[in-house]
Amino acid sequence: MKFVDEFREPELALRLVAQIRETATRRWVLMDVCGGQTHSLLRYGIEVALEDCVELIHGPGCPVCVTSCESIDFALQLAMQPHVIVASFGDMLRVPGSRESLLDVRARGGRVQMVYSPMDAVELARNHPDCQVVFFAVGFETTAPATALAALHAEQLGLDNFSMLVTHVRVLPAMEALLLSPVNRVQAFLAAGHVCAVTGFAEYDVLVDRFRVPVVVTGFEPIDLLQGILGAVQQLEAGGHCVSNCYARSVSREGNINAQKTVETVYEVADRDWRGFGSIRNGGLILRDRFERFDSEKRFATIQVNPISVVNTCLSSEVLSGQIKPPQCPYFGNACTPDSPLGAPMVSSEGACAAYFRYQWLQSK
Amino acid sequence: MCLGVPGRVSAWLDRDPLFARANIEFDGIQRECHMACVPEAEIGDYVIIHAGVAICLVDQAEARRVFDELNRLNLLAELETDVVTEATPIESKRDEP
Ligand code: SF4
Repeated sequence: MKFVDEFREPELALRLVAQIRETATRRWVLMDVCGGQTHSLLRYGIEVALEDCVELIHGPGCPVCVTSCESIDFALQLAMQPHVIVASFGDMLRVPGSRESLLDVRARGGRVQMVYSPMDAVELARNHPDCQVVFFAVGFETTAPATALAALHAEQLGLDNFSMLVTHVRVLPAMEALLLSPVNRVQAFLAAGHVCAVTGFAEYDVLVDRFRVPVVVTGFEPIDLLQGILGAVQQLEAGGHCVSNCYARSVSREGNINAQKTVETVYEVADRDWRGFGSIRNGGLILRDRFERFDSEKRFATIQVNPISVVNTCLSSEVLSGQIKPPQCPYFGNACTPDSPLGAPMVSSEGACAAYFRYQWLQSK
Repeated sequence: MCLGVPGRVSAWLDRDPLFARANIEFDGIQRECHMACVPEAEIGDYVIIHAGVAICLVDQAEARRVFDELNRLNLLAELETDVVTEATPIESKRDEP
């Protein structure tokens, strides 16, 4: 078993689709929280296959899509400084700030480097002692252990030319914010499997009890997703609400304690401005005082970002909160395409708009 | 962003608590990954790698249990379908030209 192909087995998938159909007596509204799940649901045609019995809406699960414009603009300014290299994941380099993206700045001579792992950015700093390397640390709880490790490595190596622009976001407060919204339509959540691999799922108990909403921890392959949907529909049909785990091969109730300790050593919970949502209470992570010297915003405190007022037509906040689906945006596929995007959800490989654009041929039966 | 890929631990390179690294095999391709969050992994174990860091072990027994259960349900469903198909040969013959 290699944990990929087996979980794409078409016959099993069809059987699960049939079982979901048999179970649902009405059309339930489920939200997948993670952009990776959104892509799989569209890529494997699951959304279309279940169209008449389950409405799948896609949540805020694309960290680069919710990274604030101010943080991106700050990174752009940094990249234009002499002797500064800005490093980040590929997706983050493509997302525009108020005017342009890090890749645009690179085309104008800025020093921007794509990395696969935060540890590669630490290596970059070691190999370029004459430069300041800034790692743009973006991501959910899944990514926080990796960026926390990078800070610990930098500290251990005594690097004084490495820092991080931290914009980490936390999923649970965003789910809570969605449920508190007067326009909320979510009846059950498919919780993000790899976030839960780190955090565990015990922390969802409070959410479930408070809002009486079923939460099903779900993986990413078609069989995982269908099992998660079936689990959610079964709970809804029975009028129940609890946290159930449909990704038990990677997720336990307590999660990965080592990863949690790594994150807690480096970060503390704080409010965070989410692009398209506004400020979310406890919605992010910031560096603890011990790691202050690795904080790019403090190291480069003299750099000013002038707020640019741009008329933004993108409906990303409606898309990311599940109020509309990307094709309902008037710009989808005409003024806004992956080649000339108006907003982050069309740029990022995990953005909902990009997923619909890429797999739209599957949408018309 | 939360993309995690399962890979098999093929060799430990460093067991330092902070700088732990191992070679991980993804479908024949080897890649060096950081293991500080999964120090208990042994050679042959599967781990989920995200951004170059192992974030959890894959519980192979649990995967097999779920998979066997699903396969059993599938088999049962097929058997039921076969019974129905065998029971209606005349109906299907009637449709033939
Ligand atoms: S289609 Fe483009 S403009 Fe519309 S919400 Fe998506 S990214 Fe924004």
